[in-house]
Amino acid sequence: MNRAELKRALSGVGYVADETLAMALHLALALGRPLLLEGPAGVGKTEIARALSEVLKTRLIRLQCYEGLDAAHAIYEWNYQRQLLAIRAEAATEETLFSEKYLLRRPLLEAISQEVAPVLLIDEIDRADMEFEAYLLEILSEYQITIPEMGTVTATTRPVVILTANGTRDLSDALRRRCLYVYVDFPDRETERAILQSRAPGIEARLARQIVGVVQALRREELEKQPGVAEMLDWAAALSGLGVNDLSDDPAALQATLVCLLKTAADRDACPTEVFARIVGKVA
Amino acid sequence: MRATRFPERARLARRMAGFMAHLRLNGIAVGPTETEAALAALTHVEALDPEDARRALKVLLAGDAEQWRGFDGLFDAYWFNAGRIRQGQAHAHVRTQSARPTLWTQHLGGPAEETGSDDATPGAGEGEAEGSDGRLIATRTANLSKRDLRDLMDEVSLREAEHAARALARAIRDRRSRRLKRSANGRVIDLRRTLRGMVAQGEPFDLPRRTRPTRPLRIVALCDVSGSMTVYARVFLAFLKGLLDADTSADAYLFHTRLMRVTQALRDHDSLRAATRLSLMAEGFGGGTDIGGALTTLVEQHRHALTGRTLVLILSDGYCTGSPERLAAALERLGKKTRRIVWLNPLMGWRDYAPVNAAMTAALPHLDAHLPANTLDALAQLEPEFARL
Repeated sequence: MNRAELKRALSGVGYVADETLAMALHLALALGRPLLLEGPAGVGKTEIARALSEVLKTRLIRLQCYEGLDAAHAIYEWNYQRQLLAIRAEAATEETLFSEKYLLRRPLLEAISQEVAPVLLIDEIDRADMEFEAYLLEILSEYQITIPEMGTVTATTRPVVILTANGTRDLSDALRRRCLYVYVDFPDRETERAILQSRAPGIEARLARQIVGVVQALRREELEKQPGVAEMLDWAAALSGLGVNDLSDDPAALQATLVCLLKTAADRDACPTEVFARIVGKVA
Repeated sequence: MRATRFPERARLARRMAGFMAHLRLNGIAVGPTETEAALAALTHVEALDPEDARRALKVLLAGDAEQWRGFDGLFDAYWFNAGRIRQGQAHAHVRTQSARPTLWTQHLGGPAEETGSDDATPGAGEGEAEGSDGRLIATRTANLSKRDLRDLMDEVSLREAEHAARALARAIRDRRSRRLKRSANGRVIDLRRTLRGMVAQGEPFDLPRRTRPTRPLRIVALCDVSGSMTVYARVFLAFLKGLLDADTSADAYLFHTRLMRVTQALRDHDSLRAATRLSLMAEGFGGGTDIGGALTTLVEQHRHALTGRTLVLILSDGYCTGSPERLAAALERLGKKTRRIVWLNPLMGWRDYAPVNAAMTAALPHLDAHLPANTLDALAQLEPEFARL
């Protein structure tokens, strides 16, 4: 699959990718390297992995990172309850006790032991700590996992690895060097309209233009949490659910739908009715 | 100027190696591995289409957001003989999308961008300086002369400040981790080890335990280098260096009317180069202060530096030309993102000093601690205070 085909396939499953992102995904597949996506929250980084797994018709295995994430939650864990029972009931030996039967596969081990190469999404890698990053680096370079009691599990297929980061913490240079990198920014007006069109085809062109215009204008305001693409889609759904056809029609109803876009109290205060009316007035 | 064509294979390899050298010179760490990878990548794309080649190389070689933004310029410069484009100069006063880091401009010594809001501009020109009678008076000119920091760096006597800083960095290390480690009297039973014991013994005679070890807080230090702080700048810079030496995860910034990150410069092992980099960054050193603006920049553009395990250390006298409301708002936002905010104030050590000026009054409710820092002794005595934080 070349880049243009990939881009078309992605838009077929509802993801509008720009040229650079399509190139990155193409290279990630061609070179077999992990792809690191960085950018503000709500630009659709996680969504890329879902779309890619749909295009490749394969499983999406997701690992959500958090502080304190360790091997037991990311790679594998022994099923202690069953092991205890086995010792009591069958006086199991070490070999039987530490075998496949009692192994709980966590996302990373799961991802490298699939028949068909899956898409492995490692979400918000910067939330995990340095130690986990080091584990990951080893797995991403060798595609094998060593379980002390069992030996080394080598990958049957190489997963397509996508990592996302929000900038909570700086990632190590070693990890960055292993990965292809794309900085995903908020989409421009045209792209965002195309996204809205593909996700909510029922929305009229004029309303779509207004929605995108307002969201783009809001991103230029000084907000704590800028509305992302997901928020924009939520808002569009809310508006069409309320039967709004033109943003300047019903300011009161419009103000009520702002819960979809502004997610902190400070942002709500920063965007009172007048300010919002001004923004709407500009784009309408 | 004639556009460079992509030449045939052998020459391409040579040109590519040249491009890597060009990137290295501009701060992107790439080596032979990347050269090879770049050539391999080009076989998967329409390498004769410059835009395609650009995208492929950008995806492959850029490592973070700053490099990502600078890459196009570097690519054009090398393959199309466009010459270096000093982006920082052109965009300095243009309002760009917020949350845009300014690392490139810092490296090039150009002016750091404003905080990203239009309303910052009028305040930026104001500053305070010492009047002839020694009192602080407000001036409306920012001192943009380049101050050479070399003489502030190489004195032996500054070691004491560094030493105090190292002690402080050590004092705030004890914080609980969420990760479990083996420990003789931990609270959680280590099932894995217990089971292994049971295989041999049949019964869980031993119950190995696990506990949460302590993990350090990360320090983000901001040092005020405006006119009123000039006399302390020397010591505080040494103090920052000490903090960075003691703790590899610490982060340091200087601010006056703008904020700039100096972690890399202070960490530079080549002290001459460190001094040069600092003085390149120190445009406006000794001018006015906009603490609120600087903190806003920190929150918006250096978010990665702020986590729930961050201790923010502000070294300033609190004389600020920005609006107190803005300072309070910035501190409030900062407080949400970090664990502790500590203000070290050199004036606190003075007799009869009370933090009554508008900026300090606005700031106080948001601080976890407001401590004196006028002498080296005061700095050294901060250690127990920090241990309690």
